[in-house]
Parts: sequence; structure tokens; C-alpha cells
Amino acid sequence: MAIGGAVTVGRKVRWGLVDILVLVFALVPVLWVLSLSFKTKDTLTDGAFIPQSWTWQNYADIFQTSEFIRALVNSIGIAIISTVIAVTLGTMAAYAIARLDFPGKQLLVGMSLLIAMFPQVSLVTPLFNIERNLSLFDTWPGLILPYITFALPLSIYTLSAFFREIPWELEKAAKMDGATPAQAFRKVIAPLAAPGVFTTAILVFIFCWNDFLFAISLTSTTASRTVPAALSFFTGSSQFEDPTGQVCAAAVVITVPIILFVLFFQRRIVAGLTSGAVKG
Amino acid sequence: MSHAVTEAPAKTAGTKKPKPVLSEGKKAERRLGLWLCAPAAFVMLAVTGYPIVYSLWLSLQRYDLRFPAQQEFVGFANYGAVLSNSYWWTAFGTTMLLTVVSVAIEFVLGMVLALVMHRTLVGRGLIRTVALIPYGIVTVVAAFSWYYAWTPKTGYLANLLAGDSAPLTDQASSLLIIIGAEVWKTTPFMALLLMAGLALVPEDLLKAAAMDGATAWQRFTKVMLPVMKPAILVALLFRTLDAFRIFDNIFVLTNGAQDTASVSMQAYDNLVKGLNLGIGSTMAVLIFITVAIIAFLFIKVFGTAAPGSDTGGKR
Repeated sequence: MAIGGAVTVGRKVRWGLVDILVLVFALVPVLWVLSLSFKTKDTLTDGAFIPQSWTWQNYADIFQTSEFIRALVNSIGIAIISTVIAVTLGTMAAYAIARLDFPGKQLLVGMSLLIAMFPQVSLVTPLFNIERNLSLFDTWPGLILPYITFALPLSIYTLSAFFREIPWELEKAAKMDGATPAQAFRKVIAPLAAPGVFTTAILVFIFCWNDFLFAISLTSTTASRTVPAALSFFTGSSQFEDPTGQVCAAAVVITVPIILFVLFFQRRIVAGLTSGAVKG
Repeated sequence: MSHAVTEAPAKTAGTKKPKPVLSEGKKAERRLGLWLCAPAAFVMLAVTGYPIVYSLWLSLQRYDLRFPAQQEFVGFANYGAVLSNSYWWTAFGTTMLLTVVSVAIEFVLGMVLALVMHRTLVGRGLIRTVALIPYGIVTVVAAFSWYYAWTPKTGYLANLLAGDSAPLTDQASSLLIIIGAEVWKTTPFMALLLMAGLALVPEDLLKAAAMDGATAWQRFTKVMLPVMKPAILVALLFRTLDAFRIFDNIFVLTNGAQDTASVSMQAYDNLVKGLNLGIGSTMAVLIFITVAIIAFLFIKVFGTAAPGSDTGGKR
């Protein structure tokens, strides 16, 4: 934190040590799951951080059970559909909020803020009952609908923050030069808005991918159970003698896409999270 | 912003002349705005509006799915039943304790992490990326990592303890582990919001303070913290509301055993396991009221700008 001091070797080393602390803090629990997933059945309970003998058996096992593959398909399908719908609706609403003047704007902003703060468990009760009556319980739409709802406030906030930063004069300039409104939108505005939309899509996808409460309350069979929910059932009703290895392998499988997202889009994710929340 | 200033006069001069056309345009703008917002508003209302009302209605009923014939209107009897139940208050106390302790730890660690991410001289990109990973990880996976780490024999951490103690079968140590898991998972989120606040601190101000002989600690408390106040309050608000709704971590780590259940766990147990919709809804409404009070206190007492409250202005 020293201000204006020269960058000496000593300070670099000190910062390096601090960096290593942060890395250990962030990575040890992740590496631990990875390590467990590669342990053989006999060494699983040796408590060693690094596996004594390595095996791919756990991964082979989970991909042989239809249970896990179904859950993976459910997770991917539900998360992608929810993300596409939530970002589309969110983009429309955010454009209107950032650019247009119309009655009820404050109401919409207030409403989405309320939903963002809403205790989700208080929706589980009525949704559970309503979905049973509408026979949406334990179906894809039964999960997609609540995901869209809780992802919408997030997308409206991050997107309208992005949209406010776009130099809209360019649109006017394009129209002056003879572009139709559609052309102005497609050629000028869309490319500028794309990064924001894309960032929001990643955040929404992570949210849907991570959800556990709805997944466990609104599903009851493999028809729509997503991986986070399926994981907790691996332990409960185990047809394996000790599911630890398989649970960890499954955990690694669903973590990899998220880590890749984070690695590739780190800058954008940071911008998306902070621009929506902390402004002015 | 400078663009807007130079452009505003030209705009008003250009569009003011044909007045009826402007109002026509205004009307079209209003219609477009409403149409663009309608689908989002409709989905949010359909999925939350009706259920909220329905939930309130259910909370006034005796309604147990195992005995559907006994459904009847009981007024506030459910509220009396829940509020006089010691399990509820135990869960409430546990949730409050978890919220306060984990948010406090997260704030301190998050601030340290934010400073490191903001100021480190070596590997800044690497640190910023890696620090995000815990936040991105599926909560259930993170919880399993801690669960296995503290399971006797299997876990590297449990083996560090003396003897055959099983920390997840004791209330105090279970709570510590739940807090640890929660802190690990969400500190990066806190750090991110705080880092956005750090970026607002003018470097010149820090330099000037250093010139005037302020120590590092004084620069931190007297210069950085005041500038960061809005960011700090938003970060605390978001995390408090989130922490109060804790569910996944406890579900995996202890499943609510040894009085470690949170209020969300209690509501879930009554609903999905007990199928008691009346009591479950009552708990849900009580959680909602508590969260609303927390949000209200933050916004009114601490003067937090409501997140996105500036969205209304067209700037």
C-alpha cells in the first residue's frame, strides 16, 4: 500500500508472498475435490491431500449411470433455455429503462429490486403447490420459470448499466447518414451492446447452473433433477458402497465449465458484477 | 458526460419547433417502452406476484397435504404456532449468528483481498482471476469439499484434529465449519464490490495524505474508507440479505442436525418433507418480513443508496 515508493525487489517478494496466500485460500478446497475424485477406493479414506494412487474409475462410474447423465442433460438444457429467455427479456426491458421515457419505469425498477432481495424459500412453498396443480412440478418449465424470474433483476440491472454507457449519438449519426432505424440498430448499436449482453448471459448462466434450492424442491425424479440436486442424492440413497469418489467426480464435471468461464471472461464478469451494483 | 452537455442545447433547439410531432413521438416512445418491459414484468409478476399472495393466504390456513380434508381458515393461529415454537427461535438464532459472524469475517477478509487485488505488484491478472473461482464454484460442490475435508479418516483437516473426533457431529464445531464454508465461497463477491469502491479513491488524495505524514493505517481509515462508503454499504447489504437466506451449505454439511438448521432449512423441511403448507408458508412470510426489515434498516439507517436507484435518471 506504500504510495509513490520505488518498486524494489523486497516489495515484489512481499507481494508475491501475499499472492501465494490468496492462491492457497482460493484453490485448496477446489484441489481437494479434484484429488478425491482421482483417488482409488482403497485410498479414499487415507486422508492424504495428494492421491497415493490415481484412477479415472470414478469418472467412468458416473458416466455409466443414467442418473448422472440425465442430470447433466437437465442442467445444461435448463440453464441454457433460462439464460436465453432471461437475457432476451432483460435486454428489452433494460433498453427501455436506459433509453426511453415511459410511465411505470420506477415501478419496474422497484419491482425487480424487490425480487432480487426476495427470500427464495418463501416462493418455494406456493410454487410447489401451484406447480403440482398445473402439473409443472418435476418438469423443465417448472424450473425454467423461477430461474428466469430470479435472473431477470440481475440482467435488467447489469444490462441497463451497460446500456447507459453506450454512446447513443452514434445511432443518430448513422440515421443522418441515411441508415434505417433497423440498420442503425444492427450495424451500430448491436456490436456495441454485445459485450454487455454476453457478460450478463454468463452471470445468468452461472446463477442457473448453481441453483440448489429450487432444483431440490421442485423436482422429484430424474426427469428434471439438475446436477446440484442429484449430487446430494448420490449420498443419500447410494447404490454404491461409498459414493464419495463419484460425488467428487460429478462435482468436478459440473465445476469445469464454470472455471473455464471465469478464466476466459474474468475481466467482463468483474465489470458486469460491479457496474450493476456500485455506481455513484 | 461532456458530450451530453455540448449536445443538449442543439437537441432541444432542433426538436422543439414542431410541437405536436414531439408529443406524437413521446406517445410512441411511451408505447414502445411499455411494450419492451411488458414481457419481463409479466414473467416476474406471474412467477412471484400470485405466489406471494397465495403464500399469504396459505399462511392463514390449516393446510397439511397429508390431511387435505382438514383444510380450514385459522386466521393467525399458524403465526402463533410458529412464533411460540422453540425450534423456530433456535433456527432464527442460528441464522442470525451465522449471518452476523460470516458477514463480519467476509468484510474484513474481503477488504484485504480487495486491497491485494487492487494493489499487488506481481501477477495482478492471475490474482484477480483466481480469487473469482470460489465465487463461481457451485455452492453444493464447495459444501461437499468442506464436508469431506472434515469427515473423520477421509478428510485432511479432520485428521489434523486429535483422536477420532467428528467435528460435524457437534453443534459448535459444525457452526464454525458452516461459517468457514460460507466465508470461503462468498468473500470474493465481497472483495469484488469493495474493489469497485477502491477504484473510486483518487490516487492524488492518497499521495497528498502521505505527504502530510499520514501513516498507512490513517490513509486507510481517513481517506479510503470514507470514499468507499457507498460501495461498502452495498456490499454489506447484498451479503447480509444473501447470508440470511443460507440453505445449500447447511443442507450438505449437517442437513440441519444438532440445531444448525437455518430458517430457510426449517421452511423447506416443513414444506417438502412435512408437506405442511400452512406452517411452511407462515415461516416463508416471516422470513420475508425479516429480510424486508434488514433491507429497510440498511437503506434508512445507514443511508445506503438503493442499488440501481440512479437507474431512473436518463443519463
